[in-house]
Amino acid sequence: MRRPTRDNAESQRRITRRGLIIGGAQATFVGLLALRMRFMQVEQADQFRLLADENRINIRLIPPARGRIFDRNGEVVAENVPSYRITMVREEAGDVDEIIARLARLVELDPGELERARRDLRELRGDTPVTVADRVTWDDISRVAANTPALPGVTPEVGLSRRYPQGPDYAHLVGYVGPVSDRDLERIDGPNQLLLIPRFQIGKIGLEGRREDLLRGKAGSKRVEVNAAGRVMRELDRREGEAGADLQITIDNALQSYVHARLAEESAAAVVMDCETGDLLACASTPSFDPNLFVRGISVADYQALLDNKYRPLPNKAVQGLYPPGSVFKMVTALAALEDEKADLGETVYCPGHLEVSGRRFHCWKRAGHGNVDLHLALRESCDVYFYELALRTGIEKISEMARRLGLGVQHDLPLTSVAAGLTPTKDWKRANRGEDWMIGDSANAAIGQGFVLSSPLQLAVMTARLATNRNISPRLIKSIEGVEQPSESGEDLGLNENALREVRKAMFAVSNHRRGTAYSSRIIEDSFRLAGKTGTSQVRNITAAERARGVTSNADLPWERRDHALFVNFAPFDNPKYAVAVVVEHGGGGSTAAAPIARDITLQALYNGDPPLSAYPAKDRGRIGTQQEELRRTRPQSAPDGSDRA
Amino acid sequence: MSYLEYSVKATPTGLRKVLYLNWPLAILLTAVAGVGFLMLYSVAGGSFSPWAEPQMKRYALGFVMMLIVAMIPIWFWRNMSMLIYAVSLAMLVLVEFFGTVGMGAQRWIDLGFMRLQPSELMKITLVIVLAAYYDWLPMNRVSRPLWVLAPVTLVLMPVWLVLRQPDLGTSILLIAAGGLMMFLAGVHWAYFVAVIALSIGLVTAVLQSRGTDWQLLADYQFRRIDTFLDPSTDPLGAGYHITQSKIALGSGGWTGRGYMQGTQSRLNFLPEKHTDFIFTTLAEELGFIGGISLLGLYTLVLVFCIASALKNRDRFSSLLTLGVASTFFLFFAVNMSMVMGLAPVVGVPLPLVSYGGSAMLVLMIGFGLVQSAHIHKPR
Repeated sequence: MRRPTRDNAESQRRITRRGLIIGGAQATFVGLLALRMRFMQVEQADQFRLLADENRINIRLIPPARGRIFDRNGEVVAENVPSYRITMVREEAGDVDEIIARLARLVELDPGELERARRDLRELRGDTPVTVADRVTWDDISRVAANTPALPGVTPEVGLSRRYPQGPDYAHLVGYVGPVSDRDLERIDGPNQLLLIPRFQIGKIGLEGRREDLLRGKAGSKRVEVNAAGRVMRELDRREGEAGADLQITIDNALQSYVHARLAEESAAAVVMDCETGDLLACASTPSFDPNLFVRGISVADYQALLDNKYRPLPNKAVQGLYPPGSVFKMVTALAALEDEKADLGETVYCPGHLEVSGRRFHCWKRAGHGNVDLHLALRESCDVYFYELALRTGIEKISEMARRLGLGVQHDLPLTSVAAGLTPTKDWKRANRGEDWMIGDSANAAIGQGFVLSSPLQLAVMTARLATNRNISPRLIKSIEGVEQPSESGEDLGLNENALREVRKAMFAVSNHRRGTAYSSRIIEDSFRLAGKTGTSQVRNITAAERARGVTSNADLPWERRDHALFVNFAPFDNPKYAVAVVVEHGGGGSTAAAPIARDITLQALYNGDPPLSAYPAKDRGRIGTQQEELRRTRPQSAPDGSDRA
Repeated sequence: MSYLEYSVKATPTGLRKVLYLNWPLAILLTAVAGVGFLMLYSVAGGSFSPWAEPQMKRYALGFVMMLIVAMIPIWFWRNMSMLIYAVSLAMLVLVEFFGTVGMGAQRWIDLGFMRLQPSELMKITLVIVLAAYYDWLPMNRVSRPLWVLAPVTLVLMPVWLVLRQPDLGTSILLIAAGGLMMFLAGVHWAYFVAVIALSIGLVTAVLQSRGTDWQLLADYQFRRIDTFLDPSTDPLGAGYHITQSKIALGSGGWTGRGYMQGTQSRLNFLPEKHTDFIFTTLAEELGFIGGISLLGLYTLVLVFCIASALKNRDRFSSLLTLGVASTFFLFFAVNMSMVMGLAPVVGVPLPLVSYGGSAMLVLMIGFGLVQSAHIHKPR
């Protein structure tokens, strides 16, 4: 088809015109694009560069290694072991159920833990790593690592976990660590970023809890480059943190372990102190529990079992447990009276078996009475009437003052949970707390460590050490921090009357070395290691007049929780005191039968720094003791129990 | 002057045609594609696979196709235009029924050796058919309503099919390309003013339709509009693409972070870094200098095309060349606006640079037509 030329020329002009218009418009738009590019890349470049860096750079905290804890000889009490866990990030995983199903084919997953993990995956922010399996084995970790392409969002992680190789022996003293709880966070002002790391562990009770400041260390940080999925591509730089301080405690691991084994399943507590420095060489509370269970997160059933146990394994009876000291308190009454010159050393008191005090009859444990007794005999045979008499003369204020000088009723400064202050009653105290006036009978009760007087095994050990040395011995638990020896606060002169003290000590010697002494059967034969002690049997019930008339029911016939507490304190060797020991057996019956043999065995163990030769024991006991030593050696763990069964 | 009037003798024949090729244009196109290879090599972390190597092969194929199309006389293409249009339209209908679903839309026909996107093909087909239509239509009828309605129908039929896929980006490109062709052919200003006013009304209607049961766009398309208007509302969700893309582009600065050193693309913060968002990688790694250079190359391609068109006295050739150039312009203008946060994310590739088969082949065929018009121009 041909077209007139006119039309052609006209169309050519129009196309050229329109083409130029379009070309111009396009050029303008290209110019706009160039300007926009210039604006973003030149004017706003810094701002976008910053945003890009924010995208790619993540600052991650490096949790510090927790300080380790050693006994006085360098045995490990608390350490860090590598622990492997598997975490999962919801956003990266996509189909959580599918990934967990795949994971379950590779690794055994604990149903309880999985339940919790599923909940966390549902409820927490999508980019939070949630632990799906904790304390898995190296094999499991490698299997997971080898299969990462099939497991998006799943990361095998290596961390440090606390382990207590000595198992239950230090459950109360050193305590345990556990994941930071909401309650912990509320308790702490301005919580450290570190505490917000999921599953970061802090000390909960005992030394771990109280010296968290030393043990935790300081977090380091690293800057890492991450990709859009949050996976770390490389580390840019890192600032090392500071590991927590290693602590050395004054406890002698061998002795601590022996004491635990010796107390066995009794509900009991024992404290061994160095008379020179106040170092706690052993401090045990039984029954105990495995602190490793708490590190891992104790199951509800296990925890309930601990709570339901009538022997109360959880509290530290050695420092928290408060008991009427019973006859063990008689040294205090004696010293208070002598110091105040209300009694003379040679003076005797007649004991007919009871004493009338303002119309009420106070009995001596020996119904027939002791006859004429002086201080020596009163302590040796634990005559109650003698001390009633002394208390009536001296008054409660002086007695309590003496008790406090000896370390009773005082809260000793130890890095442990709830160190009890105990109670040394005064008239004001009774008025303020009971709303009643002090009765003369209260003084009589206090004189023999009953009534209001309460003290802990630790306090009794401190008292014994002070009696033995006439120096102001204070208990000490931390021997050194990061190798730096901590000063001992013990040593100051206590300023007690030396003559009075000498007589008291002699009487205590007689308690376990005179054939009529209450602890004669628990004596030590070895001359250089002889011990001086005092028995105590404290009632936990009132004996009614009717019962007394019938004849007091023997402990063996009473239900456990109504039996008397058995106590014994001693120091040894007599002529050069090195160790002070206090033993309390809850509802154990008589101090001489239940507590004294334990205290004697512990003392010998400390003196010989291991199992003593049978020659240290009275001849007729040697056969039995030999068997017992054999038994204990078997039950005591020779190697450390494995606290990390799955790791 | 129509092709029937010029001396056939003056037209090169056989292999001599190669000498009459618009070589500067061919070299420019290869340079643009080269930039693409460079960037695909970079986003793969310094590797020819999985993108750079197939892209090079496709470009080689595309270049050969361009030569073949260029060798065939331009009048052949003019005569075939209606047939080509019918086939393209038929293929679009076909994807409605047999198309493969990919990226939330039905777009491909799987030919075995490659996946063909008929909507891509339609972009060039539309240019050919409109050029042929206006070549045939006498000038005095160009602005008559009935003769305006015919090309509008030619445009709207494929647009409707593409919208059904649904592919908003391509639909808009088709309308824009068609409109540009009509404008170039000399349709009266008033029509365009009316259409622009109408489309403003339409956009309002579309936005109003949201949430009702006569909703005109898919939810994802609405969300894209939302996040385009305010990316900060959902920086980790739907606004992520735009936000990350702007960060990558902006952080490039004058000279960029260095080839293969862009953190945004290497650490996968950039979405679709090898396809629609490849320009951000370029801008991040090579900076303003790199970005403006590519823009310069594109502009030169336009300049050579427009120059060739304006010198060509054949109406079909001129319109075709300008149409192809405009389509090319629309591609890169929309893509760049999108990554710079000036336009919504509509899924338009960066021509010859983005990884992808159909778009590149279709463009090379388009430039083959431009070459053919250049070779066979009246002399």
